[in-house]
Amino acid sequence: MPDSLEKHISIARLELANITKQYPGCLANDKVSLTLLPGEIHALLGENGAGKSTLVKTIYGVVAPDKGDILWNGKEVSIKSPSIARDLGIGMVFQHFSLFETLTVSQNIELCLSKLQLKNIGDLAQRISKLSADYGLDVDPHRYVHSLSIGERQRVEIMRCLVQSVKLLILDEPTSVLTPQEVSGLFGVLRTLSEQGCSILFISHKLHEVTEICHKATILRGGKVVDTCVPSEETPATIAKMMVGDLAEQDAGYSKQEGGHIVFNIHDLSLTTKQPFGTALKNINLSLKAGEILGIAGVAGNGQDELMAIISGEEERHVKASLELNGTPIGHLNAGERRKLGMAYVPEERLGRGAVPDMSLTENTLLTHSEGFVKNGLVQWNVLKDYANTLIDKYKVKCHGEFSEAKSLSGGNLQKFIMGREIGQNPKLLICAHPTWGVDVGAALAIHQALLELRNQGAAILLVSEDIDELFLLADRMAAVCDGYLSPLVKTEQTNIDQIGQWMAGTFINNTAPINSDTVEQGTKA
Amino acid sequence: MDADLIVQILFAAIKTGTPLLFIALGEVICEKSGILNLGQEGMMLMGAVVGFLAAYGTGNAGLGVIAAMAMGAIMSLIFAVLVLQLGANQVATGLALTIFGTGLSAFVGSGVVGQTIQGFQPVMIPLLSDIPLIGRILFSHDILVYLSFVMAFILFFVINKTRMGLTLKAVGENPHAANAIGIKVLRVRYLAIMFGGAMAGISGAYMSLVYTPMWVENMTAGRGWIALALVVFASWRVGRIVIGAYLFGVASIMHLVLQGMGWSISPNLLAMLPYVATVIVMVIISADHFKEKLLAPRSLGKTFDPREMA
Amino acid sequence: MMHIQARTEPSSLMKVVSPLLAIALTLFFGSILFSVLGKDPLQALHVLLIAPLADSYNIGEMLVKMGPLLLCGVGLSLCYKANMWNIGAEGQLLAGALGGSAMALYFLNSESAFALPITLLAGIASGMIWAAIPTYLKLKFNSNLILTTIMFNYIALYLLIWAVHGPLRDPEGFGFPESALFSDTTLLPTLFEGSRIHLGILFALISGFIAWFILSKTHLGFQIRVFGADEPAAKYAGFNSKKLSWFVMLFAGALAGLAGVSETTGPIGQLVPNVSPGYGYSAIIVAYLGRLHPLGAIIASVFLAVLYMGGDLAQIEMGIPIAVVGMFQGVLLFFLLACDFFIRNSLTFTNKATN
Repeated sequence: MPDSLEKHISIARLELANITKQYPGCLANDKVSLTLLPGEIHALLGENGAGKSTLVKTIYGVVAPDKGDILWNGKEVSIKSPSIARDLGIGMVFQHFSLFETLTVSQNIELCLSKLQLKNIGDLAQRISKLSADYGLDVDPHRYVHSLSIGERQRVEIMRCLVQSVKLLILDEPTSVLTPQEVSGLFGVLRTLSEQGCSILFISHKLHEVTEICHKATILRGGKVVDTCVPSEETPATIAKMMVGDLAEQDAGYSKQEGGHIVFNIHDLSLTTKQPFGTALKNINLSLKAGEILGIAGVAGNGQDELMAIISGEEERHVKASLELNGTPIGHLNAGERRKLGMAYVPEERLGRGAVPDMSLTENTLLTHSEGFVKNGLVQWNVLKDYANTLIDKYKVKCHGEFSEAKSLSGGNLQKFIMGREIGQNPKLLICAHPTWGVDVGAALAIHQALLELRNQGAAILLVSEDIDELFLLADRMAAVCDGYLSPLVKTEQTNIDQIGQWMAGTFINNTAPINSDTVEQGTKA
Repeated sequence: MDADLIVQILFAAIKTGTPLLFIALGEVICEKSGILNLGQEGMMLMGAVVGFLAAYGTGNAGLGVIAAMAMGAIMSLIFAVLVLQLGANQVATGLALTIFGTGLSAFVGSGVVGQTIQGFQPVMIPLLSDIPLIGRILFSHDILVYLSFVMAFILFFVINKTRMGLTLKAVGENPHAANAIGIKVLRVRYLAIMFGGAMAGISGAYMSLVYTPMWVENMTAGRGWIALALVVFASWRVGRIVIGAYLFGVASIMHLVLQGMGWSISPNLLAMLPYVATVIVMVIISADHFKEKLLAPRSLGKTFDPREMA
Repeated sequence: MMHIQARTEPSSLMKVVSPLLAIALTLFFGSILFSVLGKDPLQALHVLLIAPLADSYNIGEMLVKMGPLLLCGVGLSLCYKANMWNIGAEGQLLAGALGGSAMALYFLNSESAFALPITLLAGIASGMIWAAIPTYLKLKFNSNLILTTIMFNYIALYLLIWAVHGPLRDPEGFGFPESALFSDTTLLPTLFEGSRIHLGILFALISGFIAWFILSKTHLGFQIRVFGADEPAAKYAGFNSKKLSWFVMLFAGALAGLAGVSETTGPIGQLVPNVSPGYGYSAIIVAYLGRLHPLGAIIASVFLAVLYMGGDLAQIEMGIPIAVVGMFQGVLLFFLLACDFFIRNSLTFTNKATN
C-alpha cells in the first residue's frame, strides 16, 4: 500500500480549518487550523488549558465544534460521534484510558468495533495475537484489564486502534504514564506505523520527546495557534518559549541540601490492599531528614496512593510497622491527630479532596487549619476570613475573594492556595503528591519555590511525582516505587534518569532487602 | 415434617418469591447500567393497582399484566428523565418515585379496594408436572411464574453471552469511557431503567392478580425495598437472584410454616421476619467490603453528564 | 431559539426560587388533576391550602401536625447534610411513641413531677436506639443505610402493633388494640386554652434553631457539612467520620423519638396502632423542600402540615381520597428536583437572526 500513499501524498490526510469551540466562560479553540500529511508524526503542544484536548476530541467526534471545517483526505466531513471517526479510520488513545477494567482485553476491543468490522475480522483473539507479534506490543487478548500494568493498558488502547487499521492515530500525553524504557518502546511502534503511512497526532508537554520523534509541531496558547515549527530544527528551550510566551520565568537549577536529624521514619511496612485493584505495600523502609526533599518516582498505581494514605493516617487500619514522627510513634493516630503533631499534606486530587469544591476559600482554610480559629467549639469566622485573605495575597491566588468557591479557581491557583494553607501550619513534615500536574508554568514555578523555601526552613518534605524531571529538579534524595516495593534511597547527584527509570520498572526488587537496610543505615549515620 | 408439607412450603416459596424475582431482575439490569432506582416500591404499587384496574375493567388478566408493565415503564420514565436529562440525585429521585407511587396508587385504587377478580389459573405443564415432587413444586404454577423462569434464563444469556450485555456492563463500569468510544450511554440507561420499570410493573401485577388477588393500599409491603437488598445479596448476578428470591420467599412464609408446625407466636412478631431476615442478610453480605466493591457496577448511583467529557 | 447552558457558578437565586416554583407547579398539576376528576379546582385548592389557615381551630390543628413533621425534618436535614441517607424517621418516631408510651403507662398512677420528663426521655432514648442499630450496622458491617433504616421502619411498625395487641393493651379496653389513656401527669401541657397545640411545637422550633446553630456556627457543624459535601476531603482533613455519623444519626433519632412520644402524650393521649400518618416519610420532603437547612425546614413543615390538614378537609368536604396528600408530596419532590436543574443550568433565548 505505501505506493498508493506516495501518489496521494499531496493530499492531506487531515485538514482542520478555523475550528472554534466556546465553553461557558472559556474559548477553548479559537480558529484553529492544522494540516496533517500521511505518515506524518505531528506534535500538538501547549500548556494545560491551551485547548489541545478539546481539539483532538473534536477530531475524534467527542466534542462538536461551534464553527470550522474538517477535511479528511481532501473531502469535507462532519464527525458527529466517535463511531463515525472510527469508520473514517481515526483512532484515539486517551490520556485517562477509556478501558473497562472488569472486561477482558478482547472484550474491550470488541466494544469498539462495529458488527461489520467484527465479521470481517473473524477470530478477534487471533487477530490481536497476530498484530501483537507484528508490532511487538505483547498484548494477551484473554487477560482482564484490571490485571494489566499502565504500560500494558496503553498498548491495549493502541491495539484497539490497530485492529481497525487506523489512518490517523491520536495520542493524548501518552508518555506521562510510562517509564523511560517503555517510552522508547512506544516510539518504536509509532515509527513503524508512520513508515506504513499512518499519520500520528501526538500531544505532549515533554519537549525532548517531541524533538526526538515528531516531524512537525503546532503550538497552541489560549486556544489559538501561536506558532508551528519543525521540532528537529529547534531545541526544547526554544519550543518552551513558544508555548508560554517570552515573558515567563523558567525554573533554574536549584542547589541540593544535605538533611539534618531524622524527622520521620518507616520501618518494615507491609500492608495488603483494601481496594479491589489497589497495590499492596511490601516491606517498606524509609527515613526522612529535616531540611531535605525526598523524591519518590514511579508510574501511577505502583503503591504511591497507598503509601501516602498510610503516612497521612487516612488509611484507618493500624499497621504493625513502626511509623515515627520526631521519635513519637504515630501508627495508631488518625489523620487529624497526626496533623496536630506537625504533619501536613498536599494531596494529588486538589478538587474534591484537598479542597471542597462547593465551599469558599475561607471554609476550605478551616478544612485542615483549625488551630486558633475555633474557640469552645465555635468557629471564629471573622478571624478566619482575614487569614484566608492573607493566604490569597501571599501566594498570589487569583480569585474573586475569600468567598470564592474552590471549584471556581483554576487548577494552578487552587494548588497555590492549598500549598499555602498547608505551609501556613509550619509543618515539620510535608507530604506532597504530584504538586504541579495540570498546572501552568508560572504556578509550577511558584509551587517549586514555596517547597524549597519550606525545606530551607528545616521542614522534611516527601515529594511523590510522576514527573522525573521535576524530581531531579527539586529532590535532594530519590527513590522509586514499583509494585508496592520501594527502591533504595540515593542522593540525587549520585544517580541519573536511566537508573531511576530502571528502578521504576522494578529492577531493584529482587535484592530489595539488603540494599535498602544499607541505605537506611547510611541515612541514620548522616 | 412430612414430604407433603415440604412440597407445599417449597411450592409456596416459589409463588412468594416470584414477584421478588421479577422486580429484582429488572433492578439488576438497571443497576448494571450504573443507575440505582430506589423507586421500586412505588413502581410496583402502581403496577399492582393499574394491573388490577385493567383486569377488573376488561375481565382479562393478561391485559392487566400488559397495562401494569406499561405503567411501570411510564413511572420509570419520569425517574429516567429527572436523573438522566436533568442530572437529579438518584437517591432523592428514587425516593420521590416511591412516595409518589404510594400516594398515586392509593388514590386511583380507592374505588376498588376489597373487590376481587378472577386472576390467573394454574397451568400444569404436561409431562414436567408429572415428575414426582419437582413437578408439583416447579411446574404446577400459573403462567406468570413460568414467565419469570424464562425471563431469568433470557437475562442470564443476554448479560453473559451477548454484545448487548457487554455494552451494558461497560456503561455501568465507566460511562465516560463508554461515551468516548461511541456507546450511547444515555440511550442504554434509558432502556435499562424502563426495562426495570416494566419488570416492577409485572411484579406488582403478580401481587394484585395472582398472589392475593385483590387490591389493597400498600399491598406490596416493602417488597420493592427487599428486592433492592436482594440485588446486593446476589452480587448483581442473575443466577443468585433466582436463588435469593426463593430464599426470601421462604422467609416470607415462615409464619405460615411455624403456625403449621403448631408454634404459637404472635402473627405480628412473625410478620417482622422478612424484614429482619433482610437486615441480617445485608449485614452478612456487606461485611465483605472488598467483594462488594469488586462486584458492584463501578458507576452505580453516580450522576453522569456527557458534557463533562469535554 | 431556546437552549440550555451550564452556569459557571450555581445560581443562589434559583436555590431559593426553586422550592417556590416547585410548589407552584405542584398546585398547577393539582388543579388539572381536580378538573379531570370533575371537581372544581379552585374550590379544591381553597380547601387544601386556604381552609387549613382560615380559623384559629384549623391553625391549631395545623400546628399540631407541624410539630412531628418539623422534628423529623430537622433531624433528616442534618443527616442528609452529612450524606447519611436515613429514611428511618418513621420507624424512629414509632419507636419513640412505643418506648415513651411504655414509660407513660408505668407512671399511670403516679403523681411524680418527674413522670413527664422521664416519659419524654424514654421516647427520645427509644428513637435514638432505633437510629443507633442501623448506624452501627453501617459503620461496623458497611450495610446499606437506606435499606436498613427502611427495614427498621417496618420492624418498628409490627413491634408497635404487637405491643398494642399484647403487653401494652388496655386490660379494660374491651380487646381494642389500644393502650389505656395516660394519666394527666404524663400528658404534654397545651399552650393555649381550648386548643390542642401542645409543647411539641415548641420542641420542634427549638430543635430547628439548635440544628441551625450547630451547622453554621460550630466546628462540629462545619465538619458535618464537609463530610456530606465531600467525604474524601473530610477523610483527608482527618475528621472522625464515625463520630460525625453517630452524631447526626442519634440527633435525628432523638428528634424523631421526641416527635413520637409527643404525639402519644400530646394530641392522642394513649398508644394506638396508627400513631403516624407517615410523618417520618413526609419529613424527607420537609428536609428537601427546606433545602436541608434547619430554618428552611420550618417553612417547609408549615406547607406540608397545611397539605395534611387540607387533605383531611378535602376528604370530608369534597370526597377527595386522602391519598391525594401522598401523591402531591411525590409530585412536589419531582418538581423540586426538576427545578433544581436550573441552579446549575440556565435557559437562554437566542434570536437566530442575530447569529
